[in-house]
Amino acid sequence: MIRKKRLITRVLFFIIAAFFAIAFLMPTVLTIADSFMSQTELNAKYGMVFSGTSGLGGTSYMAKKVNLVFIPDKVSFSQYSTVLFKSPDYLLKFWNSVILVVPIVIFQVVVASLAAYSFSRFRGRLKEILFFVYIILMLMPYQVTLVPNYLVAEWTGLIDTRWAIILPGIFAPFSVFLLTKFMRRISGALIEAAKLDGCNEWQIFIKVCIPQCRSALYSIAMLVFIDYWNMVEQPIILLSDVSKQPLSVFLSKINTGEVGLAFAVATIYMIPCLLMFLHGEEYLVEGITYSGAIKG
Amino acid sequence: MKKNKNGRAQRIRDFITSAGFLAPSFIGVCIFFIVPFGVVIYYSMIDSPLHHNFVFLENFKNVLTNSAFKQAAKNTLTFSVTAVPLAVVLSILLASLLEQKIPGKSYFRTFFLSPMMVPVASIVLIWQVMFHYNGAVNEFLRIFGIEKIDWLKSNTFSQSVVVTLFLWKNLGYNMILFMAALNNMPNDLLEVADIEGAGSLYKFFKIKLRYLSPTILFVTILSLINSFKVFREVYLLSGDYPAGDLYMLQHFMNNTFRSLDYQKLSSAAVVMAIVMIMIIAILFIIENRYGKDVEG
Repeated sequence: MIRKKRLITRVLFFIIAAFFAIAFLMPTVLTIADSFMSQTELNAKYGMVFSGTSGLGGTSYMAKKVNLVFIPDKVSFSQYSTVLFKSPDYLLKFWNSVILVVPIVIFQVVVASLAAYSFSRFRGRLKEILFFVYIILMLMPYQVTLVPNYLVAEWTGLIDTRWAIILPGIFAPFSVFLLTKFMRRISGALIEAAKLDGCNEWQIFIKVCIPQCRSALYSIAMLVFIDYWNMVEQPIILLSDVSKQPLSVFLSKINTGEVGLAFAVATIYMIPCLLMFLHGEEYLVEGITYSGAIKG
Repeated sequence: MKKNKNGRAQRIRDFITSAGFLAPSFIGVCIFFIVPFGVVIYYSMIDSPLHHNFVFLENFKNVLTNSAFKQAAKNTLTFSVTAVPLAVVLSILLASLLEQKIPGKSYFRTFFLSPMMVPVASIVLIWQVMFHYNGAVNEFLRIFGIEKIDWLKSNTFSQSVVVTLFLWKNLGYNMILFMAALNNMPNDLLEVADIEGAGSLYKFFKIKLRYLSPTILFVTILSLINSFKVFREVYLLSGDYPAGDLYMLQHFMNNTFRSLDYQKLSSAAVVMAIVMIMIIAILFIIENRYGKDVEG
């Protein structure tokens, strides 16, 4: 009897989990699936949604209602070939995203691991106050931090250049916080041993600390990457030159125009993130877990 | 005496090395955040960057009585007040769900976490297909005889679309934090409760929830910060001029940036920074009160 009851609850839990799983996966799966639809099929399936705003119309058949499509009737690569070979604009915007985000990720991780080493190895009253300042800064929303960033960009004449976004990005305190949490857990014995072997601080940092933090570094790089890959606030304010704006901003502008292309571009835009996720999910989970140990 | 001198030299040497490690990050943070923020505070109290007349609270009064600012603050607050509790409660539920014995648990974790790594810009298109006036959600609701709702343009429902998107994106991260906290929970306490015949509801509310309280605090702060970032989603979904209910603080800032009204910008930034710090301080105080009797 008890066993039967237990089985029922398990099935129930599974159904709830499955429901959530479908809800969580649907937008991503639909976007990828729909990127393989031809323009005609898109018209037939989603025409009602986009007809008012775009040049989809024409004489083609329009559906009376919307059908969400998980598997296109006919798989077509036409959208992709247009994106890749005929309209260089999208690839250019993709490249814009890359050259904004990659330097931020690399240098933020480098600068942050140096700072985190200092915060975790040496303590003192001054350090604690400083660390607190970093936390406060980390918690500030863009509405607050963009104003100082803008002022600096203006004083230095960097406004409307990529540096206006890249430089503040490099010094964002988020990864300092996370890496410090992580480095504080490295055993002191290990560091003492390295010291006895005659390592100086720099050698301890490079040879002991960094190898110990490899998974944390990887997960931080992922978190920083996705955050900046998504950026919207900074480019609209700091980069008024549309030709330099990243794809994250530009995608919303093609949404109303060429819908079929937009699905394909959207899919291309997720690929780097999805690859990272599939490859490094364990690191990511570990990194998130450490970020939660706020008092640790 | 000699030893003392050695200790001092060692301390000075330590200070120099630690400062060296910290320097790149600290200098950057000073240049891009702290120093300009000082200037922002200064700007918030003068009449214009040309005259430098000290007006103290005048600018704050102007911002706080500005109707656009009030509207934006009200909307942002409404959004945070609905989205943050939902994000906390639902992610505790998801984490508890994955604590049960259900098949394919690790897949479910992957599924729930995946939205976090999908760029928002990539999925807004499908969001539009779903929530458009002629979209899939209305189509679905029609089965139950519910009238069509123009989700993104209505003043009552537009926020719920964004709340859904926010939850979709953030629940996975929060869930991981709760899963880690649940894993670290001391088992003996729960065993004692079992022996004494405590029901599972009692165990959940009286024991688990209390142990989770530091994590609940952290997730609340995190969700709060993320709720201030929801401008991204709104901007991508409905552009610069959204429905009245979706006009967020960042929209206000964008418009102020466009007119380059330094006084308004600075005082708005200062007001928001103060409010953020107050909210976080209050949350910390609450957690200190509530979490204490557990540790004792």
